[in-house]
Amino acid sequence: MEDNTLTQEVKPPDTSKGPVRWLRDNLFSTWYNTILTCLGLVLLFFFFRVFFIWVFTQANWAVIPAYLRTLMIGPYPIEQVWRIGIVFCTLLTLLGLSAGIWRDRVLQIAIAIAGVGLFLLLIPLDVVKEGEDTSATLEFNLNIFYLIFFKRKWLLGGLVLLAVTFLIGRDKNTFKRWIIIGWVLSFPWTMIILHGFGKNAVSTTDWGGLLLTLILAAVGIVACFPLGVLLALGRRSQLPAIKWVSTVYIETIRGVPLITILFMGSILLPIFMPGDFQLDKVIRAMVALTLFSSSYMAENIRGGLQAVPSGQVEAAQAVGLTYPKTMHFIVLPQAIRAVIPAIVGQSIALFKDTSLVSVVGLLDLLGVGRTILGSSKWSGNYAEVWFFIAIIYFVFSFSMSIVSQKIEADLGVGKH
Amino acid sequence: MRKFLFRVSALVLAISLVTPLLADNHESVLDKVKNRGKLVCGVHGGLPGFGYLGEDGKWSGFDADFGRAIAAAVLGDPDKVEFVPLNAAERFTALQTGEIDVLIRNTTWTLTRDADLNTDFAPPTFYDGQGFMVPKSLNIKSIKELAGATIGVTGGSTTELNLADTMRSLGIDFKPLTYSDIDTLYNGYDAGRVDAVTSDKSQLVARRKNLKNPDDHVILDVTISKEPLGPLTIHGDNKWNDAVSWVVYATFFAEEHKITQENVKSFETENPEIKRFLGESGEMGKILGLPKDWAKQVIIAVGNYGEIFERNLTPIGLPRGINKPWTEGGLLYSMPFR
Repeated sequence: MEDNTLTQEVKPPDTSKGPVRWLRDNLFSTWYNTILTCLGLVLLFFFFRVFFIWVFTQANWAVIPAYLRTLMIGPYPIEQVWRIGIVFCTLLTLLGLSAGIWRDRVLQIAIAIAGVGLFLLLIPLDVVKEGEDTSATLEFNLNIFYLIFFKRKWLLGGLVLLAVTFLIGRDKNTFKRWIIIGWVLSFPWTMIILHGFGKNAVSTTDWGGLLLTLILAAVGIVACFPLGVLLALGRRSQLPAIKWVSTVYIETIRGVPLITILFMGSILLPIFMPGDFQLDKVIRAMVALTLFSSSYMAENIRGGLQAVPSGQVEAAQAVGLTYPKTMHFIVLPQAIRAVIPAIVGQSIALFKDTSLVSVVGLLDLLGVGRTILGSSKWSGNYAEVWFFIAIIYFVFSFSMSIVSQKIEADLGVGKH
Repeated sequence: MRKFLFRVSALVLAISLVTPLLADNHESVLDKVKNRGKLVCGVHGGLPGFGYLGEDGKWSGFDADFGRAIAAAVLGDPDKVEFVPLNAAERFTALQTGEIDVLIRNTTWTLTRDADLNTDFAPPTFYDGQGFMVPKSLNIKSIKELAGATIGVTGGSTTELNLADTMRSLGIDFKPLTYSDIDTLYNGYDAGRVDAVTSDKSQLVARRKNLKNPDDHVILDVTISKEPLGPLTIHGDNKWNDAVSWVVYATFFAEEHKITQENVKSFETENPEIKRFLGESGEMGKILGLPKDWAKQVIIAVGNYGEIFERNLTPIGLPRGINKPWTEGGLLYSMPFR
């Protein structure tokens, strides 16, 4: 009897892994979970069936290649597109050099961008023209070569440039300072090159599409940061005047929807302007976006400032650091590091918010989408156009999100 | 320090008060356009046939072509024009503040807009009117038969007011269903959520093409409002308004006399009025402050009214209707070139 108990078999703990185990644990653990899973699958099946039938048989995607250039750059004149090429090359050169010097994350970002470029280079998006037979394979392949080497020469050149500048920049650490200066100057440079001078100047009313969306987002994100820091510090200031001005500013802007600020900028501001003085429409939108996002940025940063223990400031004062030095070396680095996720979240939100400028008559990505629907040939294809635009917004927002997660991991936010 | 700040702010205040007075020098927009070498024209951001971006990334449409015609008349080059897409709310502000020189954006000429809004109208380029579209299967022939129907309309527009006014005066009971956006309006109509849809006839025609079965829908003959659409200039600038008006008349005149984009360069005539029109005699250009051959340039650039119409509006299925020369029973009547 006793022998029997000693040799009683004890089952080993179930350590099986793999998809079957996961399914059983998560989807079919109880009878009601099984029913819910089946219901969910049926719903998903019907949704995706309708979706795929639309995507592959009903949608007329010819509208996208027909309007691809307009979606990318709006009514920017074709004779002046080389300007965009120069800006493109400048940014890629800077990126390539930075990737060579800093490696790590910058290199990863560069590789990701190169990957997207390669993907765009190889997909035969605009080979398929309406009513054309693409089954003739030889011609099809020739078409791809033609596309890569002639029609997409900018893309191909950009990829080569990125690789070459990476090789040049490898381990040239002495260049660091110059590269940073280059990045700072790249912004005014971009604006000047895109606009140009004299007879061939391209007015900002001709900027459009993804180009305008990216410019507006970049200006908003970059310019709101210093303003936000100043406002956050101002709100915590000991001086009542500064404190109240900052507080009133932040609370007023935060209490108003972005669309009303854009309308103020586009309709009321010109009325207040003296005489013949005209402020450019795009610049008015930039100002509105910057003013709007800076108040949110200020609150984000204020959150970070509060997270810095007061002992840090007291210690800095004890060693005799002045206020600017305390902020610059002690407080802000810790404060900003703590709120990077919030800052990136806000940048993504701002990127998407730029689509509101289409309501005040700017031709950003969404605005171009609207005007395509005014073309009598394509006005029935709005679903295709909106779907394509949604994908572009998603790709950009999602990439920003991934980059921010990597940066957070690097900085060890939330770990120490 | 405080004294210094006070002085600076006083100076800033003084400058901001004086600047508008200095800048206000009553220069005609015509001269501004000539000096700038470029016309700035406000258009609709996306209206089938009237204003939209073409596949080549250039502004196209009926309204955009009239912008090009003005640029050709004033500057001799139809490409010297910059188009600014505007929404309904900001269009008048843009004109009043001088952000644009001329507004050609499907704007109905009304008394209040003409007299109260600090704007002047040039002759209408398109006579539109509000109508109804119904499915053929309902077998409706007149507006009276719409009694009890649900009618789709875009909210906050004169369209909505016209509908209510007309139905009330006829004593017809109906259910309005307002949509905020025209895409959802026509989607709702196509899905059968409303029995009829009302809008400007040009829009009804353009949108009917995109319904699932266009042939199953019919636009009623009845027109419940007058919508004369034309270019606008700022109030009180007669010189500029004259120039814009006569560019419009030139397109009417050319169609009346069969002058086309093709034959204008070699058009031979003994008719003294046509000679004046082409700039071969008289001083029509000088009087308007335009080059001698301004009307010729307009026709070279965009053609006569009929050609502009056929290029932009015929493809979306719009009939000429009342937008025909007066000689053919329409409303297009050019004032004499004398």
